[in-house]
Amino acid sequence: MAFESLSDKFSALFKKMRGQSRLTEANMDEMLREIRVALLEADVNFKVVKSFVNDVKEKALGQDVYAKVNPSQMVVKIVHDEIQALLGEEQAEVAFVKGLTIVMLVGLQGTGKTTSAGKLAYQFQNKLGKKTMVAALDIYRPGAIDQLQAVTEKAGASFFSMGDKVNPVEIAKKAKSKAIDEDFDVLILDTAGRLQIDETLMGELKAINHEVHPDEVLLLVDAAAGQDSVNVANAFNKDLRLSGIILSRLDGDARGGAALSIKYLTGLPIKYAGVGEKVSDLEPFYPDRMADRILGMGDVVTLVEKAKEAIDEKQAEKDAKKMLEGEFTLDDMLRQMKMVQKIGNLGAIAKLIPGMPKLTDEQKETAEKEMKVFESIVNSMTPYERRHPEVLRFSHKNRIAKGSGLTNADVNRVLRKYEQSKEMMKQMKQYQKSGRIPPGMGGMGGFGR
Amino acid sequence: MGLFSFLKNKFSKKGAPEQEKTSVEVYEKGMAKSRKAFASRLDDLSKRYGKVNAEYFEELEQILIESDVGVELSIRLIENLLDQARKEKLTEPKQINDLLVDAMFVDYATSGEAIQNEIAFRENGPTVLLVCGVNGVGKTTSIAKLAYRYQKQGKKVLLAAGDTFRAGAVEQLKVWADRLKCEIVVGKPEEDPASVAYQAAVKAKQSNYDLLIVDTAGRLQTKNNLMAELGKISRVLGKEIEDAPHEAFLIIDATTGQNGVLQAKAFKEVTSLTGIVITKMDGTSKGGIILSIRDELGLPVRFIGLGEKMEDLQEFDLDKYLYGLLLGSAE
Repeated sequence: MAFESLSDKFSALFKKMRGQSRLTEANMDEMLREIRVALLEADVNFKVVKSFVNDVKEKALGQDVYAKVNPSQMVVKIVHDEIQALLGEEQAEVAFVKGLTIVMLVGLQGTGKTTSAGKLAYQFQNKLGKKTMVAALDIYRPGAIDQLQAVTEKAGASFFSMGDKVNPVEIAKKAKSKAIDEDFDVLILDTAGRLQIDETLMGELKAINHEVHPDEVLLLVDAAAGQDSVNVANAFNKDLRLSGIILSRLDGDARGGAALSIKYLTGLPIKYAGVGEKVSDLEPFYPDRMADRILGMGDVVTLVEKAKEAIDEKQAEKDAKKMLEGEFTLDDMLRQMKMVQKIGNLGAIAKLIPGMPKLTDEQKETAEKEMKVFESIVNSMTPYERRHPEVLRFSHKNRIAKGSGLTNADVNRVLRKYEQSKEMMKQMKQYQKSGRIPPGMGGMGGFGR
Repeated sequence: MGLFSFLKNKFSKKGAPEQEKTSVEVYEKGMAKSRKAFASRLDDLSKRYGKVNAEYFEELEQILIESDVGVELSIRLIENLLDQARKEKLTEPKQINDLLVDAMFVDYATSGEAIQNEIAFRENGPTVLLVCGVNGVGKTTSIAKLAYRYQKQGKKVLLAAGDTFRAGAVEQLKVWADRLKCEIVVGKPEEDPASVAYQAAVKAKQSNYDLLIVDTAGRLQTKNNLMAELGKISRVLGKEIEDAPHEAFLIIDATTGQNGVLQAKAFKEVTSLTGIVITKMDGTSKGGIILSIRDELGLPVRFIGLGEKMEDLQEFDLDKYLYGLLLGSAE
């Protein structure tokens, strides 16, 4: 199939290599051709691919240890290093200045500026505790101002608009003076989408740039964008001196090669990535992790951080203690499962775990369905029953099944799973006493199979 | 080129003469930017090479790939071209270029049925058009343009504001409905879009509308729950109006890269797509992915968005598109 993911491509490629004991010109040519196709299919710019493939070839041929080193390992390392170099070395976020920091968002139509304005506001206001104002400069697209107001409110930030009859340059100036007067830390300017070849509208952006001097000008790039995005970025950069890129819609299956190309050709860092529709779905962009992800090595660090955010540590500690005391109730189990859910849906989690790329959509759905079944059954029990499920008789189970819209068999299944988990907890306690960790622990209460 | 001329006649749809002129003008103007880059490149290429060699073919491949034509399709086209040039001992750049355009034409024409661009109206009762796509491709704007187009043809058009998810989406479509003096069915915020679609279908039937256009929220094709929701909207329409939706358009943004094929594939699975609308063709992107969508899935492009004005949605013309793309001239 033409559209396997880049990681699948590479894993297949390296599997093929594994059987061969040395790296020859012949097998390297085939490999380079496949790398080339894979990168092009990931929307990496043609010229970037060309120089990338040449770099890899040169590096590989420069090594005179073919016979000794496992060729697939060697190539993995070279390709990985090159992709990482292509993505840039370190992570970069918005740099705050003393007083008011102004962030302007620009880009083509439909790249996600307004949504990202809301997400940035949420980050600044809630995660960094900055007093944030968002100003509506898109006076052209119908509904744009309403949309921005709604996402700004969701983010808990302040909203500034002068309607759609005032020149955006004027709006920007007023927003700035208001932000300064009222001691805001950050002002986000949401501008209208425009083509980079539209001289009038590009002139408008230049005027705003000139009048309010934003500290950051960020270009939105859709993860699904194709070859031309390099030209778009160059044009915006030339007119506005961009300070970075936000890569939107990285939660889809597009591979974002365009953004990598932009980074490679313009040197502009990718500062954030949009990873979902919720206002909190914006992440800092980690170049090194992205390289691993492309190569199918998983993105464990991101998962750990997500988990940290979602899990209330004190509650978790309490639960752990209870578990070890053997007082693990259905309520506790439900709460834990919800914490896991908060980290993200199972599919998203699986993607981040190395060695777990094979979870099919069907499996993901089954696992998520199971979680829902568990939740509705537990919710249909009385608080007493949740703590003492052993008292449940057939008639109780009937009532619970009815209340949750499920069957008796479902109720029994959930109770069985609970018993299994409880059993595991007991074992864990014993192991803990003996100072060993039981094999196969750390699952999610037996779900996900 | 017997096959070629046959297909060409079949695919080059001509409208009324007076309409033709404006349509060509809009096309020319809209495509000018995409074309300019292309024309000069291909011209340059031809001039630099007195006779073609391997490098020439490589550069042709580069031109295709940089227009976002699918990688696999580009490689296949160029390999075949190389074979044919060898067999027929062709060495003139112009001959090779013509051969490439012909090959692309034939590939498009034979990869699926020939379908008329205009919406196929039913004889009785309302015709239902479902519009879907990923986020930010221009669904709502395209719907406004389509409504304008069919109002001008004397059809009674009803809009359904089915994007109850994105903030401002309903307002956006309402503004268009006001400007077009077009009736619109609006649900409550975050109401189940299938329920809005249902209400619209009932109204379309009761009040004898000719065309019901249903807007939907943008959704990434990887979100199973949202894709299932689209399937539901589609089914609900079919329950109220026989065989609805009669047309389902997937909107593709010209800047879309290789992911476009995955988008089309996924949307086709949940609703029976009848065509593509390619938007934002007035920019510098070439939208070449539509050729791969046709090649792999047989889906035809029906309309092409060439600008921000209401008139800027035109019937897709393969001939103009390809020549514009590769040779910089409609003739």
